[in-house]
Amino acid sequence: MDRNSNVYTFIYASVMVILVAAILSFAAFNLKPYQAKNVEIEKKQNILASVNIAATAVDAEQIYSEKIVNSYIVNSKGEKVDGDAFTVDLKKERAKQVEDRQLPVFECNIDGNIKYILPLYGAGLWGPIWGYISVDNDMNTIYGATFDHQGETPGLGAEIATKPFQAQFAGKTIFDNNGEFYSIIVAKSNETAPEEHKVDAISGGTITSKGLQKMVMDDLGAYKSFFNQKK
Amino acid sequence: MSEKEALFSKKNLGLLSNPLNSNNPITVQVLGICSALAVTAQLKPAIVMAIAVTAVVAFANVIISLLRNTIPNRIRIIVQLVVIAALVILVDQVLKAFVYDVSKQLSVFVGLIITNCILMGRLEAFALGNKPWPSLLDGIGNGAGYGMILVIIAFFRELLGSGSLFGFKLIPESWYIANGGFYSNNGMMILPPMALVTVGVIIWVQRSKNRKLIED
Repeated sequence: MDRNSNVYTFIYASVMVILVAAILSFAAFNLKPYQAKNVEIEKKQNILASVNIAATAVDAEQIYSEKIVNSYIVNSKGEKVDGDAFTVDLKKERAKQVEDRQLPVFECNIDGNIKYILPLYGAGLWGPIWGYISVDNDMNTIYGATFDHQGETPGLGAEIATKPFQAQFAGKTIFDNNGEFYSIIVAKSNETAPEEHKVDAISGGTITSKGLQKMVMDDLGAYKSFFNQKK
Repeated sequence: MSEKEALFSKKNLGLLSNPLNSNNPITVQVLGICSALAVTAQLKPAIVMAIAVTAVVAFANVIISLLRNTIPNRIRIIVQLVVIAALVILVDQVLKAFVYDVSKQLSVFVGLIITNCILMGRLEAFALGNKPWPSLLDGIGNGAGYGMILVIIAFFRELLGSGSLFGFKLIPESWYIANGGFYSNNGMMILPPMALVTVGVIIWVQRSKNRKLIED
């Protein structure tokens, strides 16, 4: 058959597209359960990482079931509402008004003390960033933090996912001396903020750093009433 | 068809080794510059990217080479693109399912492979006119040549820009000005413009050693 004829070209393109579509959807369909499992395990690892427990993909599920003693959803007034905290889709919640949001809380037992783990979700430079912050039972001091991102620039914005950056959060406080919610400032070297509320930004990753600051401000801010009730 | 060629004949070995020096995809063909600037702030992603590109360009070369006598001339670029895109998506899906931590490490890079000019360049210039075996060697050679330059750039950028290699600190903390020392990391090295300058320096060094590459 003439390789340059319209009919040949048309048939070739159609067959190719159908074939490739079939291969890709077959692969996507069959790999889906494995991928979903990985995402779930990773979420448990992240939750545990925010209370400074390093879990591997193998033992994450077991440690999670031992350490996380309670989980529930609250609203912006700090009242408990029905639902499963683990499956709350933060991306969808973020699109709602603060009053309508479902705010998940995970309680973790560390040597007899309860730490409250709160999920965060915000925007970096290239895509979403998210993380978990754990708070001591004084509802003020940060016990640990973990962040992750979809596609921040490696070496720059992606540094938010590294230990040295996250370790800065431990011991910082989110309420000022007057009991007002202050959040955490992710500061560049030329910015000043009280030391107890400040972490260092990432050089070359200003927009990601500021996105993270806004995420902490907005998402922890939504729990304000919850914090005040628990104090 | 002439007589059968040995698998590793001199010509075939040349396909592997030429891209490392006299026909390097980055410094001589000037392809794949974009990703060479984007992923070389640290060594680790640079190496992962090099391996990923090598794998994809090698497979794509073989597939296009197998199809080369059936592809209609007028839509050959589209066919090449579809093959590359399908391969990249497949690789991404498999990584996500079985080596989740590696796929997280690669994040956007996997998708970026589709836009790497080296792939289209090699498919169009080599795989369309050659048999599968030489095409495979050509793909591996070009991937390696690309990776080599990436690693060299990343080495200097991470060392001078962050004072570390593979994330391990090499410059003692006490050397830094903040701690009363005399040293400071060069923040410029982290930004893409210095990657371009580094590529320029590599091209300069290469051409001063290999005079054949100098154009009039």
